Amino acid sequence: MVTDTTIETKKAWKVLDEVMDPEVPVISVTDLGIIRELHFENDTVFVTVTPTYTGCPATEVINMLIRAALLEAGFAHVHIEQVLSPAWTTDWMSERGKQRLEAYGIAAPLPRQQVCHPQRFALEEAIRCPHCHSYHTRRISEFGSTACKALYQCLDCQEPFDYFKCH
Amino acid sequence: MASLPYLLHLADNALILGHRNSEWCGHGPVLEQDIAITNISLDLIGQARNLYQLAAPLAGPEATEDSLAFLRDGREFRNCLLVELPKGNWAVTVLRQFFFSNYQSLLYGQLQQSSSAALAAVAEKAAKEVAYHLRWSSEWVIRLGDGTEESHEKISEALTALWPYTGELFTPAAYEDIKSIGFALEELRTSWLQTTAEVLQEATLEMPPTGWSQQGGKEGIHTEHLGFLLAEMQFLQRAYPQAQW
Repeated sequence: MVTDTTIETKKAWKVLDEVMDPEVPVISVTDLGIIRELHFENDTVFVTVTPTYTGCPATEVINMLIRAALLEAGFAHVHIEQVLSPAWTTDWMSERGKQRLEAYGIAAPLPRQQVCHPQRFALEEAIRCPHCHSYHTRRISEFGSTACKALYQCLDCQEPFDYFKCH
Repeated sequence: MASLPYLLHLADNALILGHRNSEWCGHGPVLEQDIAITNISLDLIGQARNLYQLAAPLAGPEATEDSLAFLRDGREFRNCLLVELPKGNWAVTVLRQFFFSNYQSLLYGQLQQSSSAALAAVAEKAAKEVAYHLRWSSEWVIRLGDGTEESHEKISEALTALWPYTGELFTPAAYEDIKSIGFALEELRTSWLQTTAEVLQEATLEMPPTGWSQQGGKEGIHTEHLGFLLAEMQFLQRAYPQAQW
């Protein structure tokens, strides 16, 4: 049987649009930008995934969720491969993903990396509060509840919030 | 192609320091810094995993990332002595992290040009995270050194205690010669000393002279502390072989 791989590929991408990051359950793996490649060979779908952070403990759960979703959608065989290079960057996050983060109460990464260098006491980024939209915020800690986030507090509405730091 | 002993050396450094830092989990001086040091742990253990995965196929048909981490004895570990020293107080932990991140930042800069594409990829990925570790630890060294009388005293003591262990980072073992790793390890020391001098100066701490250094870890000759660490870290896999979550 000849399968139309263009249609199948589109369908597989659509399935992955619904696979959510287990630690930030509003953003999908495609919106995160961690699916680097997807193709078919006969009846096997090959998915190339890159981790956000080296030690991200969600990586294995994410691979399991991807496999389960594709199998459930009727794809017979799933092969997942991990690549490290090029290293993931928040530049790969989709606009839709950023909007969903904001709606969920997590400030989205800034479009341009500002502090990913080792310079000491660098100027803090102006991060917008996802609750009241004030820029009058301060960084509490550059390491947050997961590797990909920093802790901020809004000085106007006083709410603490997570910032999905640029990387 | 990177050699097995070299990959194990890189992985062991990351794993042992990652484990040491994880001892702060739930014990950090304040919640945010508890989270910071354990995040750094997680990054280091992630690096160790990637490196053990590269090492495993070279270590024999039975070897896996888990067997390399959990089933080797102390003499087979090739980490530097610096990373196995007890976590000590907060000053010891942040100063050790600064020394190590400063070294790792330079090392991963070089390894990104490695002739082994797989090792270069691990270094490229980790280098971005190490930039965070280096900034965070530098800032803490400065805060403590240029802080109160008590914090200054504590980090001065940490400096005296840790300094003799920094030389080993730049003393090549047999498997670290320029031909095998692609760069001269000793040459990284100049940049390392420069960054260290800047940070110590800003921290109002006196830079100790370079001279004699403690060494042996890279060749498997360790301090008495490693055995206790391994006893705790490896207990589960030793007592219940093949145990899984």
